[in-house]
Amino acid sequence: MILLPCAWCGPRDASEFQHVGEVVARPDPAAATAAQWRGYLYLRANPCGWTTETWYHRMGCRRYISVERHTETNEVRAVSAAGAIGEG
Amino acid sequence: MLASTNGHRPGARRAAYPARYSAFGLLRRGLTHAEWPPAWRAHPLKGSYDVVIVGGGVHGLAAAYYLAANHGITDVAVLDKGYMGSGGSGRNTAILRSNYLTPEGVRFYDRSIQLYRRLAADLDFNVMFSQRGHLTLAHSDSSLRTMRWRAEVNKAQGVDSEVIGPAEIKRLAPFLDVGAGARYPIVGALWHPPGGIIRHDAVVWGYARGADALGVHIHQNTEVTGIDVADGRIRGVRTSRGDIATSVVLNATAGWSTLISAMAGVAMPIQTFPLQAAVTEPVKPFLSTVIVSGTLHVYISQTDRGELVFGASVDPFTSYSMRGSLEFIEGLAGHVLELMPALTKVRVLRQWAGLCDMTPDFSPVMGHTQVEGFLVDAGWGTYGFKAGPVSGEAMAQCIASGQVPEIIAAFSPERFASGALVGEKGAAAVGH
Repeated sequence: MILLPCAWCGPRDASEFQHVGEVVARPDPAAATAAQWRGYLYLRANPCGWTTETWYHRMGCRRYISVERHTETNEVRAVSAAGAIGEG
Repeated sequence: MLASTNGHRPGARRAAYPARYSAFGLLRRGLTHAEWPPAWRAHPLKGSYDVVIVGGGVHGLAAAYYLAANHGITDVAVLDKGYMGSGGSGRNTAILRSNYLTPEGVRFYDRSIQLYRRLAADLDFNVMFSQRGHLTLAHSDSSLRTMRWRAEVNKAQGVDSEVIGPAEIKRLAPFLDVGAGARYPIVGALWHPPGGIIRHDAVVWGYARGADALGVHIHQNTEVTGIDVADGRIRGVRTSRGDIATSVVLNATAGWSTLISAMAGVAMPIQTFPLQAAVTEPVKPFLSTVIVSGTLHVYISQTDRGELVFGASVDPFTSYSMRGSLEFIEGLAGHVLELMPALTKVRVLRQWAGLCDMTPDFSPVMGHTQVEGFLVDAGWGTYGFKAGPVSGEAMAQCIASGQVPEIIAAFSPERFASGALVGEKGAAAVGH
């Protein structure tokens, strides 16, 4: 993956982006147990294959995007505006 | 004419196994042309083992060796999906040191250096450990402050480390640009005399030979495809060559440790990043120490053959790809020349990548898990090779006694629940 297609800017050099990481659902802080919170903070699936993750276009539009990337080949098959993270 | 396809000459005298290596043995075989026996053997995969170790790198093989040598547990299988040392053990830059930041880290890595110092004698295998000293450069007041902190923690644990100034740095490494005009001026360094480099393949082969001689079965090209767990206990391991019944599995992999642990239903606080390294053509010996710059994301050493070995920080995103990138080699070359402008004409021969399992606190994850009989020796980030002997020793003790040795107690998987992290970010690697 040398080019990463930004949802707003189109294909841009991957070095313009910051890898934020796997999309992990944030539990409700009021209701989450310590174990659930620990999982949210630290535990990752870290798959060898397709994964959905968040990237930040820090040297471009400075918006967050969701990327489906294959972690072994670095092939990208889908990009969209990110969900809740960093938006608003 | 019939040629031997395996390199063995028909009719050559078979030597006793295992052969004791010595200067006399070398001379005798040189004169008599007697055949060297293989350093380890291939075995059929048995249907059951007392202990199955996943990962045939320095950690897995060291654990197998110490299980047999220190605890008399020899019904052990070491499985590797490729060949021995094909993962991180053969891809690291072979630097050893113990100048860490936390007392737990310093004690642990210092024990490893002590084991490495006597490893050649213990294993009867020349691992070529060269304790040439290790220089971590400071380019700013804040990094100098971290060096002082590390030096004091090291001294308190009895490890030789001290902060030195530019004049002393120039004496130790004359090719370094210590001028004030540099873009990143060198203002001081952490000097760690016990650090050095070693031949990493020899360490893997030495442990393999030692473990094999004590009865351990080493199975290369044997991929683990599943781990059977019932009632919270390990029952067996499924592999590409057949199933194995066992009650103890040690996950000693790097790069794939989350995937192996997931087979046993154990989640890991690990993300896998590639780390790239490169080596130049050989040049005359001019660099007698290991040079590290965290600011410039580079470490440099010169091998006994004269090649310069360069390592860097991990790539900026998670991946299981082991391909090198042009971006990396361009950046690395610029950083090396910033430190040693005289190297402009030296050519890079090759570059490669290895997989680093990064944990949130830059310390490993070692010990028992919630699945009985499933142990992990993982999360080795960019610092696994130097910890091979102490990890093998400690994990063998863990398996044999069922208890956690004091030296790895701080690295328990439980620490992420309790919050007792062992923060080594300031000393574990460069550029994090």
